[in-house]
This record gives sequence, C-alpha cells and structure tokens, in this order.
Amino acid sequence: MRIPILKLHDYLLISVQVELDDKTALQFQEDVLSKIHAEGSRGVVIDLTSVEMIDSFIAKVLGDVVDMSNLMGAMVVLTGIRPAVAITLVDMGIMLNEVPTALDLEQGLEKLQLELEG
Amino acid sequence: MQVQTHVDIHSEWGIVAARQAGRKLAREIGFGSVDQARITTAISELARNIYLYANKGKIHIEEVVSSGKRGIKVSAIDQGPGIKDVRKVMEDGFTTSGGLGAGLPGVKRLMDEFNIDSELNNGTTITAIKWLR
Repeated sequence: MRIPILKLHDYLLISVQVELDDKTALQFQEDVLSKIHAEGSRGVVIDLTSVEMIDSFIAKVLGDVVDMSNLMGAMVVLTGIRPAVAITLVDMGIMLNEVPTALDLEQGLEKLQLELEG
Repeated sequence: MQVQTHVDIHSEWGIVAARQAGRKLAREIGFGSVDQARITTAISELARNIYLYANKGKIHIEEVVSSGKRGIKVSAIDQGPGIKDVRKVMEDGFTTSGGLGAGLPGVKRLMDEFNIDSELNNGTTITAIKWLR
C-alpha cells in the first residue's frame, strides 16, 4: 500500500488515511524522502487525523522521517494527532520532543510558512 | 457470555490483524476511545515482539470478569528463544532491535496488570489486563 503525497508549491501535503502496518510505514518514509528530493520541497505536512493508533515502531518511523527530511533541508510538521493517540504516546514515554506539531493541516501550513518564509 | 479471539502472528499482517481484533473487542466490552487506543497499542507492541524475536506465536484476547469488575486480557504466547534478562527488557530505552526500547515498559504502563513468564530457549508468555472503570 502506498500513501499518496500531494505537492503544493514548495510544500508536500500528506494525509495518512490507512491503518499503518510496518511495511507501509517504511515505504512511506522512503517515498517522502524521494519526493522531497524530486520536487525540491522545503516543507512537509503529515496529517494524522485519521490515525487511531501510533505504537513505538510507527512513532520511530515518524520521528525518523522528521530527522531525515531535516538533513535534506526540508522541515516536517506533524498535524492532527488525536487526543487518544497523544495520551497513549506519553503513557509509553514517547514524547517526540524535537518534532514540530500543529493542531490541524491549516495550522501546520501556517507554521511552515512562518518558519520558512518569515 | 464472555468473548475471546485469537490471532496467529507469523507475518507483519498478523500485527495489524491482532490490533484490529483487540480494538473490536475493547469497544464491545465498553472501553472508551482513549482506553481503546491504549489496548490496541499494547497489543501492537506485543504482536511485534513476537514477530521480531520469536518469528511466530499467537495473541489471545479475551474478556475477563473478576469480583464484579470487567476487563480485557491480552496474552502473547510464543515458543521463541525466551528473554535472557527480564529486568533489562523492562528498562526504558533498552532495545536489541534498533527500536525506541519503549515497547514492553510501555505495555506495562498502558495496562493495569502485567506479567512476563519466560524460559530461555522455551518461549515467552506475556499477559496484560486492562480493567473497565
């Protein structure tokens, strides 16, 4: 399964709408990086509104996407993390401290614009 | 009537199947969305451990009733290599697979009761219960 990645000017928009199994998550990681490279994207918003569960593996994959994209020069914002998912992650001791987040897609884009365009 | 379900774990798809079965049962028992996420996440961690370290095994999920309380019990059973040092795997950040090392200590915190029974070269059984409040 592939997660669609949309291009909008200098940004990439992704809305994760499927139940993330390990293979899909890793394929997604690779696809985001290839797309950043191909499009020269400066920012990425990954919207997780539809994601009902993030376990330690998926958290690691998402955290790694953020770090890897940063290395390539693109900023990633995670948006729409559900209350139950946030509670579960903190319960598990996974804070994703260095990861930029926003409430929803709209605010995620605003955050990118503020950071990248001043 | 108490309900139960089993999922065989022998591929990554088993991990997804186990968490879907767990979420369904948790919802049926009456857990709210936050506890459903906790239970589903705990099952995902346990199922992935089976897949990563024992290759195959199974997840049992059942309703439990004890002194008027209802809950959900998750058992992860494998005949894998066993856990050499149970204290060590319960430390935050300890990993042999390059993960976050949040799995088992995370499961313990997400659930109300947690037990590991592991014998070297013979397999591991982990049980965890979440009670309905």
